[in-house]
Amino acid sequence: MPKMSGAAVLIKSLEYEGVEVAFGVPGGAILPAYDPLLDSPIRHVLARHEQGAGHMAEGYAHATGRVGVVIVTSGPGATNIMTPLQNALMDSVPIVAITGQVALSSMGNDAFQEAPTTGMAMHCTKHTFLVTDANEICDVVHQAFHLASTGRKGPVLIDIPKDLLVTEIEWHEPGPVDLPGYKPSRAGHSRQIERAIDLIMEASQPVLYVGGGIIAAGASEELLQFAEALDVPVTTTLMARGAFPDAHRLAMGMPGMHGTYTAVTAMQEADLLIALGTRFDDRVTGNPATFAPGAKVIHVDIDPAEIGKVRNPEVPIVGDVRVVLEQLVSALGVRLGDESLPDRSHWLETIAGWQAKYPLSYQQEPDGPVKAQYVIEQLLEATGGDCIVVSGVGQHQMWASQFWSFSKPRTWINSGGLGTMGFAVPAAIGAKVGMPDELVVAVDGDGSFQMTFQEMVTASTEKVPIKVVLINNGGHGMVRQWQTLFYGRRYSATDLSGDSPNYAALAEACGWVGMMVETPDDVGPALRKMLSTNDRPVLLEIRTDPDEMVWPMVPAGGSCSDIALGPEDL
Amino acid sequence: MHHTLSVTVQDKPGVLARVASMCALRGFNIRSLAVGPIHQPGLSRITLVVDDVAVEQVTKQLHKLVNVLKVSELDPNDSLEREVMLVRVSADPGIRREVRDTAEVFGATTIDVGAKTVTFELCDHPQRLSDFLALIGHYGVVDLVKSGRIAMARDAKAKTKAGTEQ
Repeated sequence: MPKMSGAAVLIKSLEYEGVEVAFGVPGGAILPAYDPLLDSPIRHVLARHEQGAGHMAEGYAHATGRVGVVIVTSGPGATNIMTPLQNALMDSVPIVAITGQVALSSMGNDAFQEAPTTGMAMHCTKHTFLVTDANEICDVVHQAFHLASTGRKGPVLIDIPKDLLVTEIEWHEPGPVDLPGYKPSRAGHSRQIERAIDLIMEASQPVLYVGGGIIAAGASEELLQFAEALDVPVTTTLMARGAFPDAHRLAMGMPGMHGTYTAVTAMQEADLLIALGTRFDDRVTGNPATFAPGAKVIHVDIDPAEIGKVRNPEVPIVGDVRVVLEQLVSALGVRLGDESLPDRSHWLETIAGWQAKYPLSYQQEPDGPVKAQYVIEQLLEATGGDCIVVSGVGQHQMWASQFWSFSKPRTWINSGGLGTMGFAVPAAIGAKVGMPDELVVAVDGDGSFQMTFQEMVTASTEKVPIKVVLINNGGHGMVRQWQTLFYGRRYSATDLSGDSPNYAALAEACGWVGMMVETPDDVGPALRKMLSTNDRPVLLEIRTDPDEMVWPMVPAGGSCSDIALGPEDL
Repeated sequence: MHHTLSVTVQDKPGVLARVASMCALRGFNIRSLAVGPIHQPGLSRITLVVDDVAVEQVTKQLHKLVNVLKVSELDPNDSLEREVMLVRVSADPGIRREVRDTAEVFGATTIDVGAKTVTFELCDHPQRLSDFLALIGHYGVVDLVKSGRIAMARDAKAKTKAGTEQ
C-alpha cells in the first residue's frame, strides 16, 4: 500500500467517520493537516477566532445531532478552544477537537506556540488523547468519535504533534474500539423499572422534570407517549426546551431561577419527581435542601455520577433515557392491565389554576421603550415558530426561552451549563451550516454579541445567511438586574453604551444587511423584512428598555418556594 | 474515618494526573496514593486513601475516567494493608542499643547507622507504623518518608472456607 502523510491519514480518518464539515483556524503546528483538506470532500469553515470555531462545532452538533469537528493549531489556538470544550462538557455536546502540537522532540521545552493542551483540556473534556505514534492516528480518531457520540455525549480532544503529521505511514481502517474502561449502559435495571412504576402508581402529584438528555437521546416521541399515558405535567429545563411541545396541555414551561411560577411551584408541591436526563442543576433547584421537599425521586440518567450527586433518588435508573422510557411505557402497560392510575384530576386542575393566575407577563406600552419580551413574541409570530433559535447568555436568553413556544427538539440552541456569553453568533453559523434549509435566528444581547462578533465575517465569507436579532439594552442586563435588586442600584461596569458601536453599520461593514429600530411599531415590519432577506446574513438591532428585568426569579441559593413574580416579592 | 480505594487503570500517559487532579478539583482530599504496575501487562493499580467524603461520588467520578477499569472500596476489616516507612532517629552511641531494641520489637530493620542517627525500615500495617513512630519518636525523628498505602482484599476463597468451618 502506498504511504501517505500522517496529516493525510488524519483527514481520511475524519472522512471515514462521516465528517462533512470541520470548523477551524490554521496555524503552524496544524499546518500539514490543512494541505490534504484541500483535496477532501470535507467542507472547512474558516472561523475568525478559535473560540468561534469551537462554538460553531457545538451549534452544528446541537442542530444536527452529529459530532461537530473543530481543528485548531497549538498554543493560542488550543487555549482559545478551552471555553467551547468546557461549554460542550457542561451541556453534553458531542464535538471532537483536533489540536496541532509542537513536535514530539520539542514538547516540554517551551517551544514556540507550545501549550500543555492535554493537561489544560483534561478536565474540560470527556477524554483527551495525545498521539505519540503516527500509526495510531486513525484508531485514536475512531475512539474519539465513539466517546463523543455515545453514553453521555461530550467533547473529546486529540492533540497531534506536528512531526507525526508529516510522518509517512500506511492507511489502515481503524480496528474495533478498544476502550475497556468505557461501557455506558443502555437499558435500565428491570427491578428499578418496576419500583419506578410502583411510585408512579402511588403518586397523586407527580411531575416530569425533563432535561437535555431527552434531546441528546432523541427521546421526545417516547417522552410524549409516556407523559400522555400517565397524564403527568411536564417541565422542560433550559437545555430541554423543545423536548416537549410547549403548546401541549401538560406543558408547564421552564423550571428554575427564571422558570414559570407553575413549573417551579409544581415541583415544590410534587410528591413525585420523574427526573429524566437532567442533573438537578443549581439554577433549577435553588437551595437543594429546600427543593421539592415532599417529592420522592425517580432519576434516570446515562451518567451514573449524576445520580445521587445533588439529590438521592428513591429509584435510581442508569441507562439511555430513550431505552428506559420504552421500558417504562411497556412496564406501565402491563401494570395498567390490572390496576388503574390514581385520580389526578385535582392536581391537573391545581396546575391549570396556577397557569391561569400566574402566566409569564410583561407590559409593552405603545409609546414606551421596546420590551425584549415583545420582540420575542413578534419574532415567534413572524416565523410561525418554524425556525432554529440560537441564543447568547443573559436576559435575552431567558426571555427567548420563556416567550418562545417550542414544538420540536433541536430548535433551541444555547449555552446552559457554562453560560458562555458570545455563544450565539458562532453557534448559529454552525447550526445553519449543518441545517442549510432551516431558518436560523440568533437572539443575542449587546453584551454577549460583542464577545464574538468577528464571526459575522465568517458568516458572510462562508455564505451562511443567518439572522441576528440583537436585543440592545445598552448593557450587561442580567448583571445590571442583580445590581438593581441586590446592590442598591449601584451600577458597576454594566453600562455598554447602547450607541456604540453602530451595530447596523458594523454589520454592513461585514457584508451583512444591518438594520435598527427603536419603537414597538417598527419591530414587526423590521422582523418581516429581516426574514425576507435570504441572500445575505442580516442583523436587526432593536433598542430595548434597559430597566426591564427577567421575572419570575428565584434568587441564587434561595428556596424555590420563595419564587418572586416581581421586585415587590423579594 | 477514611476510605481506601483500589483503582485499576490502563497504563496510559497522564492517567495518574487524571486521577489525582480530578480528586483535587472536586474537593476529595487524598491522604495517600501509591501506584505501580500489576501482573497483567498494560495495567497499573492505584491505591487511593481519601478522607471521609461522599465516597460513592468519588467512585463514580473515577469510573467516568476512560482509562479507569475498576474501582473497589476495600473494607479495612477485610483487606490486607501495608505501607513502607523509612525513619531516621537521633541516637547517640550511648543509647543506640536501646533505640534498636525498641525497633526490634516492631520488626523494623536497621538500614543505616550514622554518627548520631539510626535509620530504620518498617513495612507493616499502617496502624503498626503509627504505633512504632509514636514510640521511636521519643528519641527525636530527624527524617521520615512513607511509601503511601497499598492494599488488596483478603482472598475470598479463604474467607468462605473460614466461614463454613465456624
